[in-house]
Amino acid sequence: MAKITQDQKDYQELVKNSKPKPPYLKNLVMAFLVGGLICVIGQLILNFYISLGLESTKEAPSATSATLVFLGAFLTGLGVYDKIGKRAGAGSIVPITGFANSIVAPAMEFKSEGYVFGVAAKMFVVAGPVLVYGIASSALIGLIYYVVKF
Amino acid sequence: MAVKKLGAQTVKFQNPPSIIATATVVGPVEGKGPLRNYFDLILGDFKFQEKSWEKAEKKMLKEAVEMAVKKSGVPSDKIEYFIAGDLLNQIISASFAARELGYPFLGIYGACSTVAEGLGIGAMLVDGGYADNIVVGTSSHFCSAERQYRFPLELGNQRPPTAQRTVTGAGAAVISTKNQNPRITYVTTGKVIDMGAVDPNDMGSAMAPAAVDTIVMHLEDSKRTPEDYDLIVTGDLASVGKDIAQKLMLQKGIDVSNKYTDCGLLIYSPEQDVHAGGSGCACAAVVTFGYIFNEMQKGRYNKILIVATGALMNSTIVQQGETIPCIAHAVALENL
Repeated sequence: MAKITQDQKDYQELVKNSKPKPPYLKNLVMAFLVGGLICVIGQLILNFYISLGLESTKEAPSATSATLVFLGAFLTGLGVYDKIGKRAGAGSIVPITGFANSIVAPAMEFKSEGYVFGVAAKMFVVAGPVLVYGIASSALIGLIYYVVKF
Repeated sequence: MAVKKLGAQTVKFQNPPSIIATATVVGPVEGKGPLRNYFDLILGDFKFQEKSWEKAEKKMLKEAVEMAVKKSGVPSDKIEYFIAGDLLNQIISASFAARELGYPFLGIYGACSTVAEGLGIGAMLVDGGYADNIVVGTSSHFCSAERQYRFPLELGNQRPPTAQRTVTGAGAAVISTKNQNPRITYVTTGKVIDMGAVDPNDMGSAMAPAAVDTIVMHLEDSKRTPEDYDLIVTGDLASVGKDIAQKLMLQKGIDVSNKYTDCGLLIYSPEQDVHAGGSGCACAAVVTFGYIFNEMQKGRYNKILIVATGALMNSTIVQQGETIPCIAHAVALENL
């Protein structure tokens, strides 16, 4: 990497002061509302599955996750999820529906390069890092839990 | 001896080449913008009856070139060079359009400054006596640029207010020795300027110093002042970059406030939800060949300095932690 000169530093200072700031408060409120709403919908689905007689600690939560993933993927396919995401930001990225969106969006986008090198190869281009570090850290935590328990 | 060279970076043409015809194709969003009446063809969708966005972009460029050549009245076999470039890897839109057009082809790359680079090289070839008729073109496409530089379209992410929208469109112009207005009188070739920008979501402030450097060099070399121009137009600095460029010019004692605008601001209206404004090769191209060319023909403007700006990077090198080098080329268009 090239060395940053004083001129570059001064210019970046000027840029920092001239740039419009993102509307943080509005973004926070929207993320809270939409993220909260998705969780409420999740809870309603969970209650519905329990009322149907699914077991409440394993079966019903798994069915709920599957339903939410389907909804996220479905809304991505309809071209709606990116519009929600534009307003909600992290509110629609963090829940499991956002995870579905991050896999379906590239899968749709790269269909033009074929099912092998397009869809399959590019499907995890956004979600890949989440999977790698999510699985690695859960294995690590599991190991620590195992050691501490004994 | 280079008799047509002025100062460090500028060329003054002896027999200023004419732009005898232009043509523009734009996408649906640009077709709803304030300049919609200046464009030759407005697409109803992003695919233009093609299977992919890349193919649609190539088709737009080919269409624009064919329309410009047709309007110029120059027979197709009298077009001696086709000079073009675009944003996609290995400038495929330009070379694939050239494959179908069949003209002798010079592929160029200057990112979003490509239109000015093309006009500059084209005018030099014409005034140099190497050709009588040249066609220059460039294109960009919102969807093909997004997937190459950023994220899949359907990904639900948020963009910062400094982000710009890549203009979907293509523009082409025929440069000729014919005695006709408007003409290309001066060309100032820019240096690569890197002021340490790292944010690919803020190209305007990355490119502003390059635009200012080229404008300053142009005025110095040509011994002109901003008063000599009816309008100074930068390529795609958009709202953030334009304000910064104006500040930088004031620091150097150049006041352009009453005659300075930017193609990235002209092409969309503020209600169009495009954040800071437009960008992409087509931004400066369709505004210059659509709006500016037409208004010069009508005589509303007689002397315009186009300063197309480009960020010379790709996502790989930015991920490796490099800062973003930028460039700007200036082309003076005049009714003589």
